[in-house]
Amino acid sequence: MAIAELGGKQIEIDEDGFIQDPNAWDEEVAKSLAGTEGVAELTEDHWKVVNYLREYYLEFNMAPMIRKLCKTTGFKLKEIYDLFPSGPAKGACKVAGLPKPTGCV
Amino acid sequence: MVKPDEVAYYKKDDLLKVDYESLPATEWMDTPVDFRRGSYIYPGKPKNLKILDLPNPREWALTDDDWKLQENWKQIILEGMAERLKKYRSFKLFMDTCVRCGACADKCHFYIGGGDPKNMPVLRAELLRSVYRKDFTTLGKVLGKLAGARELTIDVIKEWFYYFYQCTECRRCSVFCPYGIDTAEITMMGRELLGLLGLYINWSIEPVANCYRFGNHLAIPPHGLVDTLEFMLEDIEEATGIKAGLPLNKKGAEVLFIPPSGDYVAAPGIYTCMGYLLLFHDLGLDYTFSTYASEGGNFGLFTSHEMIKRLNSKIYAEAKRLGVKWILGGECGHMWRVLHQYMDTVSGPADFLEVPKSPFTGTVFENARSTKTVHIMEFFSDLIKHDKLNLDPSRNDHIRVTFHDSCNPARGMGIFEEPRYVLKSVCNNFFEMPLNTIREQTFCCGGGAGLGTDENMEMRLRGGLPRGAAVKYVQEKHGVNQLAAMCAIDRATLTTVCDYWAPGVQATGITELVANAMIFKGENKRTVNLRLEPVPGMEGDEKEGGADDE
Repeated sequence: MAIAELGGKQIEIDEDGFIQDPNAWDEEVAKSLAGTEGVAELTEDHWKVVNYLREYYLEFNMAPMIRKLCKTTGFKLKEIYDLFPSGPAKGACKVAGLPKPTGCV
Repeated sequence: MVKPDEVAYYKKDDLLKVDYESLPATEWMDTPVDFRRGSYIYPGKPKNLKILDLPNPREWALTDDDWKLQENWKQIILEGMAERLKKYRSFKLFMDTCVRCGACADKCHFYIGGGDPKNMPVLRAELLRSVYRKDFTTLGKVLGKLAGARELTIDVIKEWFYYFYQCTECRRCSVFCPYGIDTAEITMMGRELLGLLGLYINWSIEPVANCYRFGNHLAIPPHGLVDTLEFMLEDIEEATGIKAGLPLNKKGAEVLFIPPSGDYVAAPGIYTCMGYLLLFHDLGLDYTFSTYASEGGNFGLFTSHEMIKRLNSKIYAEAKRLGVKWILGGECGHMWRVLHQYMDTVSGPADFLEVPKSPFTGTVFENARSTKTVHIMEFFSDLIKHDKLNLDPSRNDHIRVTFHDSCNPARGMGIFEEPRYVLKSVCNNFFEMPLNTIREQTFCCGGGAGLGTDENMEMRLRGGLPRGAAVKYVQEKHGVNQLAAMCAIDRATLTTVCDYWAPGVQATGITELVANAMIFKGENKRTVNLRLEPVPGMEGDEKEGGADDE
């Protein structure tokens, strides 16, 4: 498992760059992760998505359904892709410090 | 920059340049494996192996020279083989029987889409068989390479790992084998042996670790499942005006319902899950979901026999605890291979349950006498046959649908007619793909058996080519725009396969289409489907939603 410097900290990441310990996440880490996903700057809209994903994950130990993400944040799926070019799972969830999902998905 | 785990990395013209003709430069035994990004899957993380108490948890990478195996790795494998040859007669038979006739050679989707000779099922099996000959047969011991035998080395282990995780255990090749050799079982055995050295792929061992602790592949805890299903109920109400119930962990319910967990979170499976909720509510079925056994899928099948047992037994333990009469299984694929070919031996007999009987038609599902588990398409087709579902197929008239037989329900349980009967009852426009690509000859989605992850994208697209080509054929010939499949892995991976090889065709579950055609008691005028998309022909005022007056 590789170690990357994110937000000024040494953090363990997996092969796809997802951080391994959700507790290592903070806003500075998110900014660094955003850079790896082609997001130059995290705007208010980005934070709205990231913060919701983060809160949902901490409460439910999972990412919300994409449909729920859209409904709650008010963004259409296309708008989420505009914010995070690699999409809600590989882009937004990664920036929010969630693990990569596995299984029949 | 586009990466090998992204579809855009692959140009169709490049993938279509498959060379079946020229002979490889070196003999197969002398050709080392090439770990090319996009064609292999990341190793199992040590935390997952620890959760499951599996040997040799450690950090490693396929591209490392040193895979950090146990010192006595060779002894472990050979003893593991000896034990399994004694325990599983099928394994011994399949090792001894093959005459290398080649009938299977061009039947594998990975060989068709990739042209790698080691993806010919005969040669993939030979990777293991050559070691068997060397150490377990007199002829191989004496004649060595002349008898097709070879020494077990680290390079052989690496080759096993690469190719046993380039087989989706779909069993299409077995259909053509004159001896009936089940190549999937050879792959399973190869994977099981690799597991003794702590060699797993993370895409299958993490779902196993999750299912072992949380009851589903995605590690959805009970309150997460409640939140997810309640959100679906809101969307159901928005689409239909109906307030459906959510029975969870209900003791004494008649039926325990087990869907694949992909249907809880991933589109388009979620629409099929909404369909389950709506249809059961409308029928008044006395059923329950479980937060302990919330997963039909069993990635143990892709790991080891021991793991099949550990996960499958949770479903039956929960059925017993809740005191249900029988189990209804959702649109999951490999769940049915486990149920029909392994459940009896690993968790059976389920004699504390009753032989399933439909509370609405009185039909006794004799075929489920042993497992006590009924497939949702058996359940629905029986209801339709007895006219118990109020259907208006014209609501799906904008859909031109074809059906992908999922490998495991098709070849594992022989369920060909029921899904077709249901589909034809809810869609007026149904078209079959070519005969040699459906039913028992169905082509895999390319992502089953734990291979459906993005880092394996090249193999997924190559393996998905035969299915994708058949979809494209009916798209061009009949204007097909939807591909129905009753398997969560299919719905996830065929979305990618269709977008790439037959763009414009959407994957869907069957229950979604049933629910969209169904005239529910007390529904609002229906203008949108379960995806909350407007339904052509129903948005206007001329026709009352719910009227079947045409």
